[in-house]
Amino acid sequence: MTSLTDPQPHVPTGPRRMNVGTALIYAGLTVGVIVTLFPFAWMLLTSLKGFQELFNLSFLPQQPTLDNYSQVLTQTKFLVWFGNSLLVAGITTLSVLFFDSLVGYTLAKFDFPGKNLIFLLILSTLMIPTEMLVIPWFVGVSDLQLTRSVPGAYFAIMFPGLISAFGVFLMRQFFESLPTDLLEAARIDGMGEFGIFWRIAMPLVRPALASLGIFTFLGNWNAFLWPLIVIQQPQFRTLPVGTALFNGEAGTQWGLIMAASSLAVIPVLIVFAIFQKQIIDGIVLTGLKG
Amino acid sequence: MSITSKSAQARPPRRAAGSMKRQQTRTAYLFLGLPLLFFLIVRFLPTLMALRMSLFDWNILKEVQPFVGLENYARLAQDDRFLGALKNTALYTVIGVPAQIALGLAVALMLGRVTVLRGLYRALYFAPYVTPIVAAAWVWQWLFSPQFGPVNTFLTWLHIPPQAFLTSPSQALGTTAALIVWQNLGFQIVLFLAGLAAIPRTFYEAAEIDGATGLQAFRSITLPLLNPTMVFSVVTGTISYLQLFTQVVNLNFTDQGGPLGSTMTVALYIYQLAFGRFQMGYASAVTVVLFVIILLITVIQLKFLTRRYDV
Repeated sequence: MTSLTDPQPHVPTGPRRMNVGTALIYAGLTVGVIVTLFPFAWMLLTSLKGFQELFNLSFLPQQPTLDNYSQVLTQTKFLVWFGNSLLVAGITTLSVLFFDSLVGYTLAKFDFPGKNLIFLLILSTLMIPTEMLVIPWFVGVSDLQLTRSVPGAYFAIMFPGLISAFGVFLMRQFFESLPTDLLEAARIDGMGEFGIFWRIAMPLVRPALASLGIFTFLGNWNAFLWPLIVIQQPQFRTLPVGTALFNGEAGTQWGLIMAASSLAVIPVLIVFAIFQKQIIDGIVLTGLKG
Repeated sequence: MSITSKSAQARPPRRAAGSMKRQQTRTAYLFLGLPLLFFLIVRFLPTLMALRMSLFDWNILKEVQPFVGLENYARLAQDDRFLGALKNTALYTVIGVPAQIALGLAVALMLGRVTVLRGLYRALYFAPYVTPIVAAAWVWQWLFSPQFGPVNTFLTWLHIPPQAFLTSPSQALGTTAALIVWQNLGFQIVLFLAGLAAIPRTFYEAAEIDGATGLQAFRSITLPLLNPTMVFSVVTGTISYLQLFTQVVNLNFTDQGGPLGSTMTVALYIYQLAFGRFQMGYASAVTVVLFVIILLITVIQLKFLTRRYDV
C-alpha cells in the first residue's frame, strides 16, 4: 500500500478520538462527493426528461424517455464531431508518444554539444501563452488555405499539439533513470541506435507512456480554443466545438443539450474508470518530479 | 541497481573515444532534427511573429498592414475593456487558486485519515476534471439559472431569496470561478495526497512524543514539507487562471464576457479582438502583455515561495 498510486499520508491520529473523528471525516467526504457529483446527476436525469416536464423542478424524470438522445444522434452532426475528435485526438496522441519519447530519450541518454541548451529551449516554450501563438498560427493557416480539404483541415487542427514540451520533460525524467549499461549491451551486440531506443528503452518506460498518452488524449479530446478558431466548415468540427456552437444553431433546446453533454461525458468517464491508476500516477509524477 | 555496478566493471576498454562521441552527436541530431524543426516553426517563430505583429496595425482582411510602432501598447493603457479584463483575470486568480488549494488540501487530509473506500472517493472527486468543459458549462448554466435552477430551489428551502448568479454583473464572476474550482479540485486532491505521502512518518511520531497538538504538527511539519507540492500548485494554477478562456466563453451564450463584461478575461478579449474584429496587431499587443505578466508572476512566485528544508 505504500506505492505511489495509493499515497497514504501519515497524519497522527489520536486513538481515543478515532471513532467519532473517523465518522465525521466520512460524513464530510460524503457531503463533498454529493456536491461534486450533483451536476452529473442533474445532467443525466434532465437528459431523460421529455419536453413537457423539462422545466418542472422535480429531480427524477416522471416519464423517462430517450427521445433527446435519438434526436441528438439523428438530427445533429454529433457522430461526425465525435469521429473527428477521435481521429484528431488519436493521431495527436500517437505523435506525442513517439516524438516526445524520442526527444526525451536522446536528451537523457546521449552526450552531445548543445544538449542542455536544447533542453532549456524546449522547456522555455511552456511559458509562452497559447493566446500568443494562436494569432500567428491562424494567419499561417489562412495563407496556406489549409482548412478547405480533408487532410488539410485535420492537419490544421492537430499540428500545434503534435509534439509537447511537457511530455519531453516527463519522458526525459523517465529515461534518465534507465540503466545505461543495458543500452550499451545492446550496442555491443550490434543493434542500431533506433532499434535500441524502440525495442529496449521504450518497453521499459511503458507506465510513463500510458500516463502521458492518457493525458494527451484527454487534453486534445477536450481542446477548445484552437479548434474553434481554425475550423470554418461544420463537417470538420470537433466534439467540443460542435456541441458549443450547436446551442446557437438549435435554439436553446435544453433536453438536447443535456443529452449531447451526457454523450460527450460518458466515453471520457469510461476511459477514466479504466485508466484511473495511470491517470493518477501521471499527476503524482508530474507534481513531484516537477 | 545491482546490474549497473556489475556491468560497469565489465565495460569494454574505450575504443577511439573521439569517434564514438562524433557518432553519438550525429545520431542525437538525427533523432532531434524533426522535433527541433517543430519547436522552431510552431513555437519560436510564431512568438517572434506575435512580437512583430504587435507593432503593426495588422488586419487580416486588409491589403496593407501599416507599421505603428508602440501605438498599440499606448492604446492598451486607455482601453477600459482591456483594463476590466485584466482586473477580472486577477480576480479569478486571487479567488480560484487559494480556493482550490485550500479545498484540495482539506479533502486530501481527510482522505489520508480514512482507509475504507478511499480509492472510490478519490475517483468520484476526480470525475469533474476529465469532463469536457463545454458539457460542464452547460450544466452549470442550468444549475444556476435564476428561473429554473436547482441551486435557487435549494436556497428557497433555506429561506434565502433567489439569486441572479450568471446573469448578475456582481455574481457572474464568482459563479464562473466556482465552476473552475469544481473542475480542478480532483487534480489538486491527488497532487496533495502524493505530497502528503512523501512526508516521513517518523516526524509525526517525534512530534507526538514531544506533546505537539495536531494543529502544531500540521503547521510545523505538514505545511513546510508540502512546500514543493504547494509551489507546483500555485505556479501551474496561476498560469492556467491567467489564460482562462473556455469556461468563460461557454458560460455565456454570447461570447461577450458575461453581463456588462463582468466575466471577461484577457484571453477572451484577445479572442474577440483577433477573431471577432480581426484587429490582429492590437490583439498581439495584448498577448505580449499577457506573456510578460505570466513570466513576471511565475518568476516572483518561484523566488518567494520556494523554501529549502533539510530533511
